[in-house]
Amino acid sequence: MKYLHDIGSYFIMLKKVFGSYTKPSVMRKLIFQEIDDLIIGSMGIVTFVSLFVGAVVSIQTALNMDNPLIPKSLIGFATRQSVILEFAPTFISIIMAGKVGSFITSSIGSMRVTEQIDALEVMGINAQNYLVFPKIIALLLYPFVIAISMFLGVFGGYLAAVYGGFSSSEAYIQGIQDDFVPYHLFYAFFKTFIFAFILATVPSWQGFYMRGGALEVGKASTNSFVWTSILIIAANYILTQLLLS
Amino acid sequence: MIKVEDVHKRFGEEEILKGLSTSFDQGKTNLILGQSGSGKTVFLKCLIGLFTPEEGRIYYGDQAIQDMNDDEKRNLREQMGMLFQGGALFDSMNIEENVMFPLRMFTKQKKAQMLERVNEVLKRVNLENVNKKFPSEISGGMQKRVSIARAIVNRPKYLFCDEPNSGLDPKTATLIDNLIQEITHEYNITTVVVTHDMNSVMEIGEKIVLLKKGRLVWEGTKEDVFLTDNEDVVDFVYSSDLFKKIREVQRKEA
Repeated sequence: MKYLHDIGSYFIMLKKVFGSYTKPSVMRKLIFQEIDDLIIGSMGIVTFVSLFVGAVVSIQTALNMDNPLIPKSLIGFATRQSVILEFAPTFISIIMAGKVGSFITSSIGSMRVTEQIDALEVMGINAQNYLVFPKIIALLLYPFVIAISMFLGVFGGYLAAVYGGFSSSEAYIQGIQDDFVPYHLFYAFFKTFIFAFILATVPSWQGFYMRGGALEVGKASTNSFVWTSILIIAANYILTQLLLS
Repeated sequence: MIKVEDVHKRFGEEEILKGLSTSFDQGKTNLILGQSGSGKTVFLKCLIGLFTPEEGRIYYGDQAIQDMNDDEKRNLREQMGMLFQGGALFDSMNIEENVMFPLRMFTKQKKAQMLERVNEVLKRVNLENVNKKFPSEISGGMQKRVSIARAIVNRPKYLFCDEPNSGLDPKTATLIDNLIQEITHEYNITTVVVTHDMNSVMEIGEKIVLLKKGRLVWEGTKEDVFLTDNEDVVDFVYSSDLFKKIREVQRKEA
């Protein structure tokens, strides 16, 4: 019963997010602020994770290639496929569920606890639109983060393969160009948009409808990470089934 | 003027407000008084539209809030100012931005005009040279004054205050009480204050409504408080020896 109630309140929140709009001049400022907090502020961790995950995929592939008949270019090919199809869109989104999701839940939750959301509502402001809509718009830029992550992942793989002595530079570059299917990029970016929507709305919902004090803000942040991750993984499975099989 | 008719509010099986009827006058500080758990804050949230009563009607002027469409409710809320118990200042904004917020949202004024009005109201609440500070950098009493400034900056017709002097020292609490009363008279607005503080009652109680377990058990003025024999008033107001002595003196004088 509680789950049904939660699902209902999530969709009611979404309806209100796209309800009466905040004044455009105010909304513009809020969107730029959210881009700074959610997108620019995440670039450090995305860069670090992407480089090292790409490097690890590259090394793992190289270490599992026992057969001398398998060309070294497979390291580049396998790294590209792994990074573009899964590691950049899905793995980074799980990381973002922890970083961005917790930030969104705790910031909105703190506003709930300290009656700042009540203050917005008493003033006649659509609090859902004011707080959640700029986050959704800011996270429309999330595919750019994933594009950068893809590049850095493949580049990290290159550094590990070439400077680790597993492959030549030419072989790796040959590998990342072999059998390239542009549709895979569409698949990756399509699911990135879905993940971005989940990343913006689920943590916002957790923060918006929480009740209690500081302890509950902490619990809501944890729940936010858990549910955002579950939904991203479930959506990943469904989208892969629909788009690739 | 705000008129309340037979308001009931339930949360699940529990009925918090049990048929409240009263009115709050324009140009007066109207106090909602009662012990913790008596339903004061729920009543206030029904008045400002954060909670919807299951039964009863709340009239602002001639129109009941229940009959208003979304646009009318939004217009009404633009005419409300609210002072929350904790101040509820936006901690991502500095003081100037906090006070300017209602003007930015609801008016088309130029920034210079807005700034002039912000400085005017900050001066009115005896705060100067704090414009660029953040809420976390000023004291609780100052936060309450900023919150009052934000509530009145757009010249509201209704001012609601939820326990405005909780957590403040007696001197600052009296200062906040007096400020609320002065602003009420100066702007000729309808002010509703939720409190359980007897000092507030004595300072600013031009009309007092006493709640007990979700029912309205008494209403009157601060002068009436000393003279009434209503058991609930005597039980609530004169729970301390100090107020018992004050009551005896007042009754003798009367």
